[in-house]
Amino acid sequence: MKFKIKNLKGSLPGFIAGILNGLLGAGGGMVVVPMLEKSGIEPNKSHATSIAVIVPLCILSAILYLAGNNLSYYDVLPYLPAGLIGAFIGAKVLPHIPGNILRRIFGAFMLYSAWRLLMG
Amino acid sequence: MQILIDSLIGFSAGFIGSQGLGGGGVLVMFLTVFMNVGQLKAQGINLLFFIPVGVFSLIMHTKKRLVEWKVALPAIIFGLLGAAAGCFAAGYLGARVIRKIFGFMLLILGVFELFFPHKEKYKTTNRKEHKNKEPSR
Repeated sequence: MKFKIKNLKGSLPGFIAGILNGLLGAGGGMVVVPMLEKSGIEPNKSHATSIAVIVPLCILSAILYLAGNNLSYYDVLPYLPAGLIGAFIGAKVLPHIPGNILRRIFGAFMLYSAWRLLMG
Repeated sequence: MQILIDSLIGFSAGFIGSQGLGGGGVLVMFLTVFMNVGQLKAQGINLLFFIPVGVFSLIMHTKKRLVEWKVALPAIIFGLLGAAAGCFAAGYLGARVIRKIFGFMLLILGVFELFFPHKEKYKTTNRKEHKNKEPSR
């Protein structure tokens, strides 16, 4: 693999995604996907590449969280089987759901959660 | 009963996340707001949750040659530095502060989804590719 400056265009979004990933345990893709797209990579590839970036970050962050936060990998087990099924079904039905309605409902729900977290 | 609730939460988080909603924080949101799980623990669970899903989509994507590894590699290297910094910052700031920061992120995301919902931009002809829409992004 030859070194090229243009391949470094993912570095800054990668770094920011890493900070979000470590700090909030989520949110890296929000930064990586749009910035990859802006740099001229097709949407499909931007998504795929963003996952390639986020997975290693999640692994490192998870290891560090396991080391320090009263957390064990057993804690995720109750959510995982149904979560995988949900993700699979979600991916299958994606084009059939009226996007804007779902987004608005979930947006309202996020605002409620934000209020609970900020006021609580 | 507990197993039903946990499964429902897992299913919703997987489903909603795969729609590209919630910035990958759906599970954190459910766990902190409804299950009273501590902020940092919820974030750790969310990270663990994404690893198997992410690895699976990554395998699918790699097979389809959709991953630009030349761009991904530098991003991963700088990303790992950022992740380490983020984790230490989270430990330093503590759950209370992180909870507010997370809430603030939800506030911004929520306003955007509620008032400016953009239709899914990534209309792919091959539906299977949507599997790759990661639950956490």
